[in-house]
Amino acid sequence: MIPAMFDYQRASSVEEAVGLLSEHGDGAKLLAGGHSLLPIMKLRLAVPSLLVDVGRLTELSYVRDAGDHVAIGALTRHHDLETSAVARAEVPVLAHVAGQVGDPQVRHRGTIGGSIAHGDPASDLPAAVLALGGTLVVQGPGGRREIPATEFFRSFLETALAPDEMLTEIRVPKSPGGWSFQKFNRRAQDWAIVGVVAVADGSPRVALISMGSTPLRATAVEEAMAGGATPAEAAARAAEGLDPPSDLNASAEFRRHLVTVLVRRALEEAAAGHEGQ
Amino acid sequence: MSTTVTGTDQPRAPGTVMGTRLRRKEDPALLSGEALFVHDLVVPGALHLSFVRSPSAHARVTALDLSAAQAMPGVVAVFGGADLMSEWAAPMPCAWPVTSDMKNPPHYPLATDEVRYVGDAVAVVVAETEAQAQDAASAVAVGYDALPAVVDLEDAASDRVLVHSALGTNRSYIWELAPDAEAVERAFAEAAHVVSERYVQQRLIPAAIEPRGVCVVPQPFGGEYTVYSATQIPHILRTMLGISLGIPEARLRVVAPAVGGGFGSKLNVYAEELICVALARRLRRPVRWSEGRSENSQATIHGRGQIQHIELAADAAGRLKAVRVRLLADMGAYLQLVTPGIPLLGAFLYHGVYDVPAYSFSCVSVFTNKTPTDAYRGAGRPEATYAIERAMDALARKLGLDPAEVRRRNFIPADKFPYPSAPGLVFDSGNYAAGLEKALGLADYEGLRGEQARRRGAGSTRHLGIGLSSYVEMCGLAPSRVLASLNYSAGGWEAATVRVLPTAKVQVVTGTSPHGQGHVTSWSMIVADKLGISPDDVEVLHSDTAVSPFGLDTYGSRSLSVGGTAVYLAAERVLEKARLIAAHQLEAAPEDLEYEGGAFKVRGSPHKSVPLGVIAFEAFTAHDLPEGVEPTLEASVSWDPPNFTFPFGTHVAVVDVDGETGRVELVRYVAVDDCGNQVNPLIVEGQVHGGIAQGVAQALWEEAAYDPEGNLLTTTLADYLVPAATELPSFVLGRTVTPSPTNPMGVKGVGEAGTIAATPAVVNAVVDALSHLGVRGIEMPVTPERVWRALSDATQETQEKGEPR
Repeated sequence: MIPAMFDYQRASSVEEAVGLLSEHGDGAKLLAGGHSLLPIMKLRLAVPSLLVDVGRLTELSYVRDAGDHVAIGALTRHHDLETSAVARAEVPVLAHVAGQVGDPQVRHRGTIGGSIAHGDPASDLPAAVLALGGTLVVQGPGGRREIPATEFFRSFLETALAPDEMLTEIRVPKSPGGWSFQKFNRRAQDWAIVGVVAVADGSPRVALISMGSTPLRATAVEEAMAGGATPAEAAARAAEGLDPPSDLNASAEFRRHLVTVLVRRALEEAAAGHEGQ
Repeated sequence: MSTTVTGTDQPRAPGTVMGTRLRRKEDPALLSGEALFVHDLVVPGALHLSFVRSPSAHARVTALDLSAAQAMPGVVAVFGGADLMSEWAAPMPCAWPVTSDMKNPPHYPLATDEVRYVGDAVAVVVAETEAQAQDAASAVAVGYDALPAVVDLEDAASDRVLVHSALGTNRSYIWELAPDAEAVERAFAEAAHVVSERYVQQRLIPAAIEPRGVCVVPQPFGGEYTVYSATQIPHILRTMLGISLGIPEARLRVVAPAVGGGFGSKLNVYAEELICVALARRLRRPVRWSEGRSENSQATIHGRGQIQHIELAADAAGRLKAVRVRLLADMGAYLQLVTPGIPLLGAFLYHGVYDVPAYSFSCVSVFTNKTPTDAYRGAGRPEATYAIERAMDALARKLGLDPAEVRRRNFIPADKFPYPSAPGLVFDSGNYAAGLEKALGLADYEGLRGEQARRRGAGSTRHLGIGLSSYVEMCGLAPSRVLASLNYSAGGWEAATVRVLPTAKVQVVTGTSPHGQGHVTSWSMIVADKLGISPDDVEVLHSDTAVSPFGLDTYGSRSLSVGGTAVYLAAERVLEKARLIAAHQLEAAPEDLEYEGGAFKVRGSPHKSVPLGVIAFEAFTAHDLPEGVEPTLEASVSWDPPNFTFPFGTHVAVVDVDGETGRVELVRYVAVDDCGNQVNPLIVEGQVHGGIAQGVAQALWEEAAYDPEGNLLTTTLADYLVPAATELPSFVLGRTVTPSPTNPMGVKGVGEAGTIAATPAVVNAVVDALSHLGVRGIEMPVTPERVWRALSDATQETQEKGEPR
């Protein structure tokens, strides 16, 4: 359980971090909270040659009211997002989801940027940002660009981030209305076996966790709801076109069943105007 | 309940310490990080080991190239199995040849030409640092020629694929217990009702919070070795190391420092322990190894692993007339220290708490291409309890009786103790009905049944289930003569020394080896209670063969009833000697003295007294001892128990099952346990809490899952689901107290009770929740998917029959 040898550098600015990424190419990895990267390094499933530690870039830890949206610094820890007054008022679903990630230790170390950049289809926050229609701000050697969340997650653990780019900010439209987060797992600390985030400001938007190789929008469900279907009718379409994984916790067949139950519950709860918890 | 108290320096009257909720003396060191585990030991110059393990469940080793690893930075040496064969004076030990014809293939610490499970070690790297050793281990090139692997137990029993081809079979032994086979046949022929059930005991990973670790410090010129190991059994380990390595036992000192749990997994003699000593001898340098978590999941023994067939014969009223059991038990790839005996620790208990006149049991054990199995919390008794308690619920359903009622009709009556059981044990004491009624009361059983009926009437998809488990287990391993009759290679006694130092502080030396149980506190309390002193004035020395030369260590809930009794008797003997000295000082006859408040007093002349401290100092100076009394105030006792002890109780689990998702939530849990007299109820409750969590874990979460090729799939704690506090409700505990007549304190044992009782209680609750929908059984762990499938299957069956139930 000791990682392979690697070099380590602490970046004192985003520019320095991006510079190191450019210089070292594919072998360099950003280290933020370390809760995704370090375990797989210890199992030697990841063998980076250089870790660029961005964990002390405290200027990237914030949750700000930015008018029509909320801006969240990439290094904001889950616990800080969970307890942020701005997040709780303006994007309560995101604050709630942050409070359901892993266990307290994970929530005090893990960062929203790390979680999203890792692109794990089993993680909670990517799906929440996807459901909210968020935008990801990234910085590379050539400057900044903005990527809609719907275009960010490409395939299993693969995102639109170039090897020399760093995710710096997450922007989510304010969404103080109805919402629901259905996280189905066997132990509280685990990844969702299937998870559903529903946001009901206007026509409901629904994102799914662990139902494919990336976090997904349940487009068939959203279309059905837009077309006037009841939550039960729309939820019956939740697994349409999806190819969920089979693992020790659930077969693909069971996931297809579960997602219909959880989407129905999510739509009903969101429509009822979730008051938060 | 009384309040928790911390120790005080005030002397206490004899008889006032036992039964109090004293906080554990061990905890400040453990909680502050002061306690040293093997990995914490600082040993200058120690070399680090890393093992190269088979990625294949069964393969011929065709090539082993160590050269690349040898050239890596910091590498001192690399060895394959053949390189170390000269180190072994004997194969790896198996101390329990349960039958004279048991097949036990030779097993050496490193595999040579064939690997037989994923994790089987083929080479070892020795390097200056742990990281260098691990880096170099991945550079060892091993050629494997894959062989077919056998994973499933029934497949193994068919001998389609052989684990050890030289044996010609996968069967290690067949063990039978049928005191009156004819009576069993007759009972089944005449039975009004027969229940026939098949249950699977999935494999479990013990997952102690501290994985294993070994550190060996040689004195190359003196020829002596100090072996630090995260073990439950320093004494047994010393003997076995001596035999396996050809080292005189007296030159081996084994120390178990702070040990982070074992649950039976550290009741073993492991390849890595032997290799560390062998390499310290060969390289003449300290050698150490710390097991990783994923390594632990493959290289440390697993528990359970059985297919159980149980049949009950009952009369028209539901009274049991016979129990017949057939087991198929998974040994894994090799026999470890007590692997073959584990299923047999349950062999006598498949009739549970019930008065059953006829009984038969047989066990076929098979090798498979998986990690060896061995003792895991409860070892044989959880399996037995699970089978009989599930089957009793099946009987209740068959008869249309409440599960509580079918139990009441069959309990061994309280006036039948000591109870000679059909399988041949004598249960020491019990009052099973009292425990059941108390548990039902605490759970509000009638109220729960009412709520269940209301939900069913309303057509709710949230199904309430109530599960009972009445258990008896067998603790206090063990009367040595009984062990002899079971072909076990050692005895079951325990040793203790109590010595009063010149300053009146007391040292206790015990042969038990605590690794989380709180012996230091409990043994202090036993001695303090006896001597009328504060538990703070008692130190307990343990787990170091240089300090405690004799002992048989800690497992099987034996420590209190066997080791604690030895401590109690040694304290008593110290008092007898002190009485002689006191009598001499007080110029009175020994029989005229009474001992009270830490002092001897002349009966009728309370002003004539001498405190224990003065006697201790007198015994030390020896200036004026009575004729024939030797200096020092010390006594040693070895206690061999006359019988096992039989703790019992009833647990009630209440579950809420989501019929749409299959999720099972344990919403309430009541446990009424009777472990005889209690030394420290706080420690008893802690044991019960942890035990319940572990038993519930088997029911709902844990399984060492293998794929058909023999790859272990649950090698991290993200895949192997050990529950946390978040998964469990607050437990409601009650107790009854039925002292054991087999030892002077009337104690029984409680280390495994929770685990033994909880598993069937929870599964019975799940089946109960879904029984109105036609569900009759469900395999462990009860995953949401299994619940969903059981409901789907039951619905389909109901529809096919064309009638709602």
